Amino acid sequence: MAETHINTISGKPLESQEYLINMGPQHPSTHGVLRLLLTLDGEIIHKVEPHLGYIHRSIEKMCEKDSYTQIVHLTDRMDYLSSHMNNEAVSLAVEQGLELEMPERVKVIRTIISELTRLSSHQLWWGVFGMDLGAITTFLYGFRDREMIIDIFEETCGARLTMNYNVPGGLMFDIHPNFQKRTKAFVAHFKQKLPEYDQLLTGNVIFELRTKGVGILSKEDAISYGVTGPSGRASGFSNDVRKHNPYSAYSQVEFKEALSEEGDSYARYKVRIQEMWESLSIIEQLIDNIPEGDYKAKTKAVIKLPKGEYYQKVETARGEFGVYIISEGGKSPYRLKFRSPGFSNLSALDHMAKGAKIGDLVVIMSTLDLVIPDIDR
Amino acid sequence: MYDFKSLTDSIHTSLSAGLSPIMVTIIEFVIIAFAFMILFTLLGLILVYAERKICAFFQLRLGPMRVGKWGMAQTAADAVKLIFKEPLVTKNADKFLFNLAPFIIILSTFLALGAMPFAKGLHALDFDIGVLYLTAVSSIGVIGILIAGWSSDNKYSLIGAMRSGAQVVSYELSVGLSLLTVVVLAGSLQFSEIIASQEAGWWIFRGHIPALIAFVIFMIAGTAETTRGPFDLPEAESELTAGFHTEYSGLKFAFFFLAEFVNMFIIAGIGATVFLGGWMPFHIGNWEGFNRVMDFIPPLFWFFGKVTFLIFLMMWFKWTFPRLRIDQLLRLEWKYLLPINLVNILVMAFIVLKGWQF
Repeated sequence: MAETHINTISGKPLESQEYLINMGPQHPSTHGVLRLLLTLDGEIIHKVEPHLGYIHRSIEKMCEKDSYTQIVHLTDRMDYLSSHMNNEAVSLAVEQGLELEMPERVKVIRTIISELTRLSSHQLWWGVFGMDLGAITTFLYGFRDREMIIDIFEETCGARLTMNYNVPGGLMFDIHPNFQKRTKAFVAHFKQKLPEYDQLLTGNVIFELRTKGVGILSKEDAISYGVTGPSGRASGFSNDVRKHNPYSAYSQVEFKEALSEEGDSYARYKVRIQEMWESLSIIEQLIDNIPEGDYKAKTKAVIKLPKGEYYQKVETARGEFGVYIISEGGKSPYRLKFRSPGFSNLSALDHMAKGAKIGDLVVIMSTLDLVIPDIDR
Repeated sequence: MYDFKSLTDSIHTSLSAGLSPIMVTIIEFVIIAFAFMILFTLLGLILVYAERKICAFFQLRLGPMRVGKWGMAQTAADAVKLIFKEPLVTKNADKFLFNLAPFIIILSTFLALGAMPFAKGLHALDFDIGVLYLTAVSSIGVIGILIAGWSSDNKYSLIGAMRSGAQVVSYELSVGLSLLTVVVLAGSLQFSEIIASQEAGWWIFRGHIPALIAFVIFMIAGTAETTRGPFDLPEAESELTAGFHTEYSGLKFAFFFLAEFVNMFIIAGIGATVFLGGWMPFHIGNWEGFNRVMDFIPPLFWFFGKVTFLIFLMMWFKWTFPRLRIDQLLRLEWKYLLPINLVNILVMAFIVLKGWQF
């Protein structure tokens, strides 16, 4: 609460109220239907209370009625920017229960598409981040390069966003004959264009003023709030699932985990840019070495998981995504729980935004890279 | 040299032939008012179209392409849409002030436009205190913004109005001081005299480095005064949705929108007049032949050419830079621009005192 002000004429203290503002559910920089209740003192933020539930679709409950192949359709629609990785988590959890070993070809294709998804998600994030800062031009530059990836996806599986390409037991289809050629063309293109991103934003004085030292999250806080993904790694919290618990083909490739110590918005920005370089290098290592073989393992038409509990986590573009399945032996899970990175990342927002200005809140929210349907399942 | 004085004089004499002097004055007022209204509308339409196309050029897009050839009728279509839109008023808004605010902004823009020297003799208000008048009337606009933010009964609007109050009042100092730097050089506050003093070359070339510094500061502060990006904090659509004009719709919104673009024209116009010689062709000292050739290009062309260049520059800023934060914005003004400006004006005074300008 603000300190009491004295009326200079009457000498009595002025009555003061907390200035409450609803940011959202319709607001350009909440990127979805998130409502933040801000307590302000002028421009300075005292408290941020996120209110959820505007896009709640009870996905976890719906999963209890669905077969395992149907669940994949729902995870697409959680974090729609990393739909492929979400599907991968479900698929891997189910395959773990069935004790299925995937053909090498499936592993490699999954990894390549995961990295392409990560790239497209980071490109979109970069564009939107610029837009939140007031530099609308970046948005279209981000989309220019993202379009190439989305076109590759469209050719591969017919869908551009909610791809549903990963299914328990392998892949929906084999890759398109053009896949390798187009992916290589994209990698060559994007290697030239990524430095352009730096030219547009990174070195800009205004950009550095707006991001450096804004929304600092210490390593301890990142761990206690469970902030994962690039946002956590920017605080020095080494949490890359690809590195610590490799799945699919990640154990075969060389890549660095992008880490930073500062924990401010600029560090989160740099980590994501670094991740784009790493993703490009992973794709380059794998694209020429896609082994021949089947694009799916043999499964029964109706998948029934043996009684037990299965957990699988993957690294999405936003952080650690976990699937926890409890099976009673039926064709749908008894209970299914998702651990979504966005939810934990959002929980740190109040801590990070305290004392910042409204303009900073937008920056902090943007660097946390929230996708609301991921938070509100 | 092209001179519009003969044209305006002939209109005046033909009117005076059969009418009383009072009637002549009234009719002339009406003619000028109509001319400015048409100019205002045309400027709005052309600038909005230009901004869309230029912004599209920066953003790898085509911009409007469907309405008319290359989308040329797009802004006219938008204007028609805005006229037919329902003027909504929020329930608890202060209706009188809410309706008044757009007119205050338009009024300030019109008054400032009146002092714009378009060509020799084509100049509605040529006061001997022209620079002072212009800085005075252009600051009326902020009152409109404050009223708009206060009366809309919207918390975002109020924050936007608060920001614009702090911003415009601060940056006016820099605009005024950078203009004064040239006033010191030209020795006059009258726009026609300032232009006449640039006969031998524009001040930006003749005023050494201080004139250049003043020009840069003027462009920064001028952009901030029009509340355009990267200084669009009062609107800040990613933070405050649309700031002070969130609640406005239809024609009243169009007024805010037009005023922003015409203000940009005014800032570019003053910049062109004071630093780049206004309608004065490009002259180099006493190169008689060269200057004679340059004089063949009409002054209107020179004026609008310079203004277009400066407007392009302002759009370039807007579509390249991220937005500043409010405290950084004020720090830039009070800790950097203002002290630099004060020193700059002293240096300029010293140069003029010694007679070192070219």
